[in-house]
Amino acid sequence: MNSVTNTARPPSAPPSAPSTRRHAQPRLSSRTLLAASQWLVTLLLCAFLIVPVMMSIMAGLTVNYFKGVSSGLTLRWLIEVWTQYHDSVFLSLEVAAATLVITLLTGVPAGYVLARSKTRLSRIIEEFLVLPIALPGLASALALLVVYGGITMFRMSVWFIVVGHVVFTLPFMVRAVAAVAASADLRTLEEGAASLGASFMQRFLTIVLPNVRPGIVAGALAVVTLSIGEFNLTWMLHTPDTKTLPVGLADTYASLRIEIGSAYTILFFIMTMPLLVAMQWLGVDATGQRSSKHKRLKAVAPSSTRINDTP
Amino acid sequence: MKLAPVPITLTQCAKTFRGTRVLEPLDLQIGAGETLVLLGPSGCGKTTTLRMIAGLETPDAGGRIAFGDEDVTALPIEKRQVGMVFQSYALFPNLTVRGNIGYGLKIKRVAADIARQRVDELLAMMRLTAHADKPIDQLSGGQRQRVALARALAMQPRVLLLDEPLTALDARLRDALRSEMNTLLRELGITTVYVTHDQAEAMELGDRIVVMSAGRIEQIGTPRDIYYRPANRAVAQFVGTINRLAGERRDGMLSTTGGAVPLPLRGTPGSAAAGETELFFRPEDAYLSDSASAHLRGTIESAAFLGERTRLTIGGAAPDALIVDVAGRVELARGTPVGISIAPDALIALS
Repeated sequence: MNSVTNTARPPSAPPSAPSTRRHAQPRLSSRTLLAASQWLVTLLLCAFLIVPVMMSIMAGLTVNYFKGVSSGLTLRWLIEVWTQYHDSVFLSLEVAAATLVITLLTGVPAGYVLARSKTRLSRIIEEFLVLPIALPGLASALALLVVYGGITMFRMSVWFIVVGHVVFTLPFMVRAVAAVAASADLRTLEEGAASLGASFMQRFLTIVLPNVRPGIVAGALAVVTLSIGEFNLTWMLHTPDTKTLPVGLADTYASLRIEIGSAYTILFFIMTMPLLVAMQWLGVDATGQRSSKHKRLKAVAPSSTRINDTP
Repeated sequence: MKLAPVPITLTQCAKTFRGTRVLEPLDLQIGAGETLVLLGPSGCGKTTTLRMIAGLETPDAGGRIAFGDEDVTALPIEKRQVGMVFQSYALFPNLTVRGNIGYGLKIKRVAADIARQRVDELLAMMRLTAHADKPIDQLSGGQRQRVALARALAMQPRVLLLDEPLTALDARLRDALRSEMNTLLRELGITTVYVTHDQAEAMELGDRIVVMSAGRIEQIGTPRDIYYRPANRAVAQFVGTINRLAGERRDGMLSTTGGAVPLPLRGTPGSAAAGETELFFRPEDAYLSDSASAHLRGTIESAAFLGERTRLTIGGAAPDALIVDVAGRVELARGTPVGISIAPDALIALS
């Protein structure tokens, strides 16, 4: 069988090779020109996006922004930001952690159920889950204020912001989990586990969770990153005692020196960049792309396919 | 490895999905240690029947399933002690080969050393020892199939249920594994229900075959019964190839377009002395013979060389073209006139 496939392949390859080479020769110059202009556009676009970021970082490190880098570099602004706003840093981390816990406890089972269920109701629920993403954060915040704003204890506490963040981030967790759960053919895997005596909880813990883990990790990173960076909704919900990182950033830009605002940006970068990198890295895993790295072993020799050749 | 077999009894088991009856009320008795094959085209209800025995579906009200004397109708699959091999194998991608085979033992909290010993035994039996610590996605199709079988057997089930276990494999591997599976099932002596749409699998593996179509049982019988004495046309056409001779009965003969064949002595439908009738025969039960003495005369329409035999399509002998299998080295051009004779006991009358 091997010999058949081996001899079948080569004839198809050579004929196409010379023809492309013949055509490629005259077009070479126009092609390099095209490639060059593509590079140019790409680099210009990158510069357009990256230069402001670099400028902002530099602004946070220079002694006097208006005099430029010639005035010298300093960590003074960063230290000042830290002393004034380190509470916001911790608050943001706490809010993100609380949001993550709640979205994990509710979003993972929800994603699993949505992926398994084929009813129309579950499709409708899925659509409704996306609403908080489609609506401006301000609208969601307004809705929360209208309904719960009167409960002062709640309104004043950090939990008010956590609830807002859960509303906003839950769809990301649910959809990430549902996508992986749907592609893993969980229903059959669970039937397999059940046939081996596993109860529903045992199946959920030993089969479902490990197999949707890429979705959970991707969802968790999205939730944490979104929660730390969320401004629209948080700005509406916050009180002077509950200022998260982005709200603090708006404060510094509005009321303090440009250098402090820029230094704040640096702080933000330091916190969110690792999350974003991790997200990118694991984002590949969530779609199952990385698993294709394991080359599947093709049909093995007939002798090794025997079930029992030893008596 | 020897397992204690248990008989299975299905009584008036029907299944309705969203108002659609996919399985008519069905009675089935499977003997202890028997291998029963459910054979039929897709959508005939064979998989539903298997899933009801497994406990993955419950029969409609009134249906009853018993393992031996125990009524298991209300028992979910995890409490039925059945071993099941799924068409897609349903192996756990998060576990290694060893983890998959030992999963049920772990769930049952079998002592680690006993579990390990049993897994090792199964690995050796299925010739998977070298692959014990590989993840599932590094295995070939045939290896996966064996892991699935080992996993099902690890629990020492009362009943083994196989849902098209060889369908996902390529033809050559399928043939090899089919005979291995046959040996294994005989050795284990376990009550087995095997679902397939492949008649070759059914013939080789089944002690008895249940031919199903459109949600009902067409025939239950040994492979020989099913092949040589099909109960009706649906069975005859699904199992193997069959030719139809339509014509008129006259003086103990059936006369048709290209000649006449003697009517079989028993079981000719419609005992009327004369009238329209039809008979059936298998392609391998006819042979080419001298035109003068042959039952039927026709001309070659096409000849397909299949290696060990040549499959001839012959026109003009009967209203329908006839298919005749000829062994040996035969070369016949299109249009060649030929004579066909049919072994007298090979003619089948079908309702």
